[in-house]
Amino acid sequence: MTNPVTLPDGTPVTARAGLASAVEVAAAVRSGTSSASELLEAHLARIEAADGALHAFNHVMADRARADAAAVDAAVAAGREPGPLAGVTVALKDNLCTRGVPTTCSSRILEGWTPPYDATVVERLRAAGAVLVGKTNLDEFAMGSSTENSAFGPTRNPWDPARVPGGSSGGSAAAVAAGLTAVALGSDTGGSIRQPAALCGVVGVKPTYGLVSRYGLVAFASSLDQIGPFAPTVADAAVVLEAIAGHDRRDSTSIPQPAPALSARLGEGVEGLRIGIVSELSGQGIEGFEPDVLARLHEAADALTSAGAKIDTVSVPSAVAGLSAYYMIAPAEASSNLARYDGVRYGLRREAPNTAAMMAASRTAGFGPEVKRRIMLGTYALSAGYAEAFYGRAQRIRTLMISEFARVYESFDLLICPTSPCVAFEFGAKADPLAMYLNDVCTIPSNLTGQPAISVPFGTDATGLPVGIQVMAPLLGEAAMFRAAAALEASGK
Amino acid sequence: MLTRQDVAKVAKLALLDLSDEELDRFTPQLAAVLEHARDLQSFDLDGVPPTHHPFPLVNVFRPDEVELADDVREEALAAAPAVEDHLFRVPPVLGEPA
Repeated sequence: MTNPVTLPDGTPVTARAGLASAVEVAAAVRSGTSSASELLEAHLARIEAADGALHAFNHVMADRARADAAAVDAAVAAGREPGPLAGVTVALKDNLCTRGVPTTCSSRILEGWTPPYDATVVERLRAAGAVLVGKTNLDEFAMGSSTENSAFGPTRNPWDPARVPGGSSGGSAAAVAAGLTAVALGSDTGGSIRQPAALCGVVGVKPTYGLVSRYGLVAFASSLDQIGPFAPTVADAAVVLEAIAGHDRRDSTSIPQPAPALSARLGEGVEGLRIGIVSELSGQGIEGFEPDVLARLHEAADALTSAGAKIDTVSVPSAVAGLSAYYMIAPAEASSNLARYDGVRYGLRREAPNTAAMMAASRTAGFGPEVKRRIMLGTYALSAGYAEAFYGRAQRIRTLMISEFARVYESFDLLICPTSPCVAFEFGAKADPLAMYLNDVCTIPSNLTGQPAISVPFGTDATGLPVGIQVMAPLLGEAAMFRAAAALEASGK
Repeated sequence: MLTRQDVAKVAKLALLDLSDEELDRFTPQLAAVLEHARDLQSFDLDGVPPTHHPFPLVNVFRPDEVELADDVREEALAAAPAVEDHLFRVPPVLGEPA
């Protein structure tokens, strides 16, 4: 059985009793039954009590959060509209820029850096009445699936501190699972929101590429990166996504459309929806899927059938090559994006007699081993003589995968599979980099195709560790995807 | 097969000074990832164009207008390791200091 982290009174941090959802918080603050300041103090106290054991946060913004909360309470008192997230506490993955507040990417190379601007999502959350509580831990530059690559030490899984929370957005997932914040934001390049959401038993969403502005998200792999919410419930994830989505002229890849309406349609159910189980992402031809995880998948399919959906299995042959394509494309883009860390304009500098030596010394001292591996993998995949065999072929597999998914979506509205082949693993269990990469097999296809996907908690394995089910949708298919997620949640697993 | 010399060359291209111990450790790790990526060769990709970006947006333009407040320049320079006359200062680009 699991051995969750506990509060001083012995209550497991994972127990939800007494914790309001974001939707409930916003309603209570708006009506004046609760104050944003009071709710914030409860979260700050919980962070104080539990984050020593969890290390979900790199930095708690207590003073700024108090000012945010006071502003929300003042708006309510003055009869002004407090916004859809009035008083809702939000934790931000520490690769989202916050003006005047440290933004480290859990890397030595950015230790102590304070950005001169806010990310678009930060501006939008504040405008919606949210209270920003702090910056959460991650694998360095979002490269990893466990937070073990953080330069500041890993985050621990609230369900069992001997296990990883998943990654790279492990701090955000653990903070929500432990009730240290109502909701959180993460970024997802190959599964970095969905996999930790699954391993910590919360909801996590990777929206359609371009739905949420990337302005102010520190770049890892620009054609794959997307910001999205973590929340205890599907309805909470929907209100947060509604608040942060929509066109932003400061991100040239931003889709020129307003935010989709999701909350209002959650109750529409799945009657008549055609939902496919992707065989390649459910253990057919790929090893390492735990039997308990596959058992929960089949129960999820049964639950959707009971709710009126039509379920069938479907094959997407190129999905098995997604992993290899991803581990060429993402490092290639990273090797270019991380060229900016050179000790000249910001971040760590190691002095040397000339500029080239200063840059190499700074990069060598500032980057951890996984970041170095990815930069080298990407540099190699792009280098003369290898670019076509590796990077070029990977980009063409990406096209193949997009057309295969498009064909499948002619017959299906949504697709499902496990979010992760396994539940939360112990620290050090995947010390071999390739073994860690293989953990991303189910989440990577949505990044390569740009399509949205959500992870919903659905029961546990035999030991009580959470299992997540992933629902995937075609581009901009968030509304139906959220309805299916709500149906899975309502089935009570 | 990826060699230790290949890894050393790539590290130099990426401006990373790797120790002997790092070269020994990274070589088999990177070789294993490249070995796994051989499955990219098993798909028929004749006539399949590359995808650079998942959403069909091209040539996104907007007016080039200054929007930030003046003090952002000072904030940005404040984050730099070395500054002189409102410029980023670096060691000599060519050769050694006099």
